[in-house]
Amino acid sequence: MTTSEAAPLPRENMGQPLARVDGRLKVMGRANYPADIPVNNLAHGLLVASGIARGRVQELHLDEAHAVKGVLDILTHDHIRGELEPPEFGTSGSSSIGPLHDDKIWHDGQIIALVIAETIEAAREAAMRITVDYKEEQPSTSFGSEGTETVAASEVSQQFKEDVKAGDFETAFDAAEVKIDVEYGMPTHHHNPIEMFSTTAYWQGEELTVHEPTQNVYGWKVEIARQLKIEPDRVRVISPYIGGAFGSKGPITPRTAIVALAARRLGRPVRCVVTRSQSFTTQTYRAETRHHIQMAAARDGRITAFKHEGWEVTSRPDPYVVGGTKTTGRLYNYGSVLTKVFLVKTDRPTPSYMRAPAETPYIYALENAMDEMAVALNMDPVEFRRVNDASQDAIEGKPFSSRSLMQCYDEAASEFGWSKRNPQVGSMRDGDWLIGMGCATAVHPANVAPCAVRITLRDDGHARVQTASHEIGTGVQTVAAQLAAEHLGLHPSMVQVEMGDTRLPPAPVTGGSSTTASVCSAIIKACEEIREKLARAAVTANDGPLAGRDPASVLLKNGRLVAADASQALKDVFKHVGSGVIEQYTEFRPDGASPDAVSNLYQGKMEMVSGEKGDMIKYAFGAEFVEVRIHRRTREIRVPRVVGAFSGGRIMNTRTARSQLMGGMIWGISSALHEATEFDWRSARVVNRDLQDYLVPVNADIQDVKVILVPETDTHVNLAGVKGLGELGNVGTAAAIASAVHHATGKRIRELPIRIDNLLG
Amino acid sequence: MLPFDYERASTVREALAACAGSSEMPPTGAPSQFIAGGTNMSDYMRLGVTRPSHLMDINLIQDASLRTIEIGSLEIRLGALVRMSEVEDHQEISRRCPMLPESLKVAASRQIRNMATLAGNVLQRTRCEYFREISWPCNKRNPGSGCSAMDGFNRQHAVLGVSDACIATYHGDFAQALIALDATVEIAGQGANRRIRFAELHLQPGDNPEVETVLRPDEMITAIVISVPGWAARSKYLKIRDRESYAFALASTAVALDLDGDIVRDVRIGLGGVASVPWRAVPAEDVLRGKIFSEDLASKAADAAFANAKPREHNAFKVALGKQTLVRALMEVREMKL
Repeated sequence: MTTSEAAPLPRENMGQPLARVDGRLKVMGRANYPADIPVNNLAHGLLVASGIARGRVQELHLDEAHAVKGVLDILTHDHIRGELEPPEFGTSGSSSIGPLHDDKIWHDGQIIALVIAETIEAAREAAMRITVDYKEEQPSTSFGSEGTETVAASEVSQQFKEDVKAGDFETAFDAAEVKIDVEYGMPTHHHNPIEMFSTTAYWQGEELTVHEPTQNVYGWKVEIARQLKIEPDRVRVISPYIGGAFGSKGPITPRTAIVALAARRLGRPVRCVVTRSQSFTTQTYRAETRHHIQMAAARDGRITAFKHEGWEVTSRPDPYVVGGTKTTGRLYNYGSVLTKVFLVKTDRPTPSYMRAPAETPYIYALENAMDEMAVALNMDPVEFRRVNDASQDAIEGKPFSSRSLMQCYDEAASEFGWSKRNPQVGSMRDGDWLIGMGCATAVHPANVAPCAVRITLRDDGHARVQTASHEIGTGVQTVAAQLAAEHLGLHPSMVQVEMGDTRLPPAPVTGGSSTTASVCSAIIKACEEIREKLARAAVTANDGPLAGRDPASVLLKNGRLVAADASQALKDVFKHVGSGVIEQYTEFRPDGASPDAVSNLYQGKMEMVSGEKGDMIKYAFGAEFVEVRIHRRTREIRVPRVVGAFSGGRIMNTRTARSQLMGGMIWGISSALHEATEFDWRSARVVNRDLQDYLVPVNADIQDVKVILVPETDTHVNLAGVKGLGELGNVGTAAAIASAVHHATGKRIRELPIRIDNLLG
Repeated sequence: MLPFDYERASTVREALAACAGSSEMPPTGAPSQFIAGGTNMSDYMRLGVTRPSHLMDINLIQDASLRTIEIGSLEIRLGALVRMSEVEDHQEISRRCPMLPESLKVAASRQIRNMATLAGNVLQRTRCEYFREISWPCNKRNPGSGCSAMDGFNRQHAVLGVSDACIATYHGDFAQALIALDATVEIAGQGANRRIRFAELHLQPGDNPEVETVLRPDEMITAIVISVPGWAARSKYLKIRDRESYAFALASTAVALDLDGDIVRDVRIGLGGVASVPWRAVPAEDVLRGKIFSEDLASKAADAAFANAKPREHNAFKVALGKQTLVRALMEVREMKL
């Protein structure tokens, strides 16, 4: 296999850079995303969203809309009440807010009607002709707004039961020589996947089929069934390709069941595509967070005290917790730790997971503080991290299963040329451009979850891998094909992979960077069971070439079963087995999972074994270095170079791993310099609700992005030895950029995004 | 989007005839609208900001002059239907007046510039978020309903030429080069044709922000004529924005400088991203003209340009940024090797 920058040469414990198995389909536009699936007799739905953030719908004027030619139905809260169970907030459901279940408005842009028509054009016209009378109440937008309610996260959340702490922070902080006391903020972010959110639903008798981009087909199936008051077995959810998810397609939103109900009322298929503008209010988002960090260190750089308090925006009814203190509290060898997370209830939709939900905002704050402390200590930021590198976590004293953080720093620093950095603020220039360099740690827990897989091997060497996991663009189908091929001794082109369908064996939600670890562990286990079956048949066949060999010693290679001194073609081994096909159904239950974790998987209940669970802390690490250039007069901020080095245990495919990490760092640049959902503070309404005003980087903003994969072997994390990389890349980037901006200008911008506005004057 | 009738005109007269009889309204609200590149019109029809019942497609008008770039010894004449990308790629225009193609090159994306016409571009409507989303009160979209931006999130809004009724920014880039060069607009009407200065085309919001130009509904821009002085070779368009491409200006400037040694013989300055309409910074020009150029003088000119700025809560930085943008552009054009 040829290698290139896009397909890095595998180092130790890394798989080949196999090209994506679905790449050709995708670039040719032949991969059918859920809203592309051709459906006969389709009716088109369009959401109507509220123009206020809090109050009640007094009257919906629908006459003009009903009069539009082609309009079939308009669902309002009069139609849903009693027909659907209200949505639930939890691991599969994004929010308990049930739009259309009554006349209450909980947030801006809440669904207040669904128009169904013969054509999308008629639906659009009708939606535009609906007018609404509201009974408005004064909403609370965010931190500092009147009428918010602040509660301790640990007191209201099932997912976040305690604030981590260790030692005596107060005493240590008071006694320390060098201290910082700083506040940071990260704004609301929206995922904005390029594939629009959509639901296509149709009934065949009592059987419901839903095509929708989702990261959790099994979880959704159960939740859809619950809301529609039918048996889960009557629901099929299909999602073969997902055009970007980032968490936004993890928990189900209330639209899905409403569209399914519309299809049942109408007796024909209904497709509803959410507009870009509506996706800012009817989908989930990254909670706005504020952080207060107090850190103290001895003159030699050892941190003696660390306190991290977080405040997070959530909706009125649901206690969604970001809760990144569980990671920041364990990252370094602090002498003492105190953390506390608060939720601030506002009139907004319920926030939810967004790529590295906990780590992106919390590590942003911590890594900024690390840079500020390094400056206060007059220490090199890399050396400051080295002095505080940990072999065990500061909270419980557990060892890290593997920790290559400083190897990542050393490799990235060398590639970046960190040694050429003059630490003096404002000292580096290129003509009118001020140059700044900064670095930060990336970290993400290595999570893993139960997973089932069916592998079918034919005697002609073709194999099929089936599991209801999700191809959200990460390359999991490719990795699955590659891994199964490796373990079955086949060429990857002989392996077909099917995912994203509740008719397949259940897989966990594609979230928490757990997919590669979970799916690959299940595949390895299934392949081993197939190998064993074949081996047993071959060694016990008296007339075969492998007769009498130890079954543990024969391996599948190049379409043959191979022992040290003899081998047999697969086709002939199958004759010993007496079948044409081996169908292996395997369930993988990770260490530390509850006994009924696998059973729960079939019920759509997620049980993820987090990186903090068990005897060891299992984290993936990285180090990111950035160079920024800022014009001395007009203060535009550009990022010509980013270098990130990452360790993630076994790297299944260096091409897809690099792509994931590169995309993550690009998003990190975006969160540092571009992204923010802006609110009108008087009305709690989103102002920038399209990609004209919600800025993300364009190609021209992204220059040299280099990814280094640092070899690491970790036999503790899971059977596959994999630490997921999906969310690691965009953790830390924003802090590295903020540090670089400080290095260039002397300005410490603690509220993201960092814009020209902050740097003038 | 609401249903509409669609027609194609083959002559200017035919196009104008379709719009006869609606002269009472500001043209943007007239039931009949011209459509050329459609990059702005189709966007605002989808959003419901504009709801014409009749679209007259003028792309196929046979009059070749609408599609022609004429380079005279004194004047450049650009037909109304010339696409943005055609001028952007024009070598001779670039040689004689770099700021013209430069202002186009940094607008929107190449795909959009391949579609959008010059006349359509100068008439593009504001991108104010509160104007674009129809659920907000907006004096420009719905006269008398109030201005949501005034005390709302107004980071991208104008600081010059604003009124108590509207602070929306004119976002165009090309128009800043045109106003700096005091271009002329040729207009065909139902009755007679007329020529006006480009500087007179757009109207500041005042009490009637819904009226954006002096065009009547039954009039059409047919050409833009630019007198390009020889010294306009020393010119540039500088656009400062949040990202490297595909974003509206936070501040921009079109600057042409006529130097006699270090003496400023003449200067032209257009300012973008900061004003309600295409903006010529006459006070800044006056500061510079006849003086010995220096960075200090450039700063004084920038101060003069923004002396009457009226910043709001989130756009105050535009005053400082606008000044820095102008100073930087002046310093850079002075250094140009011709």
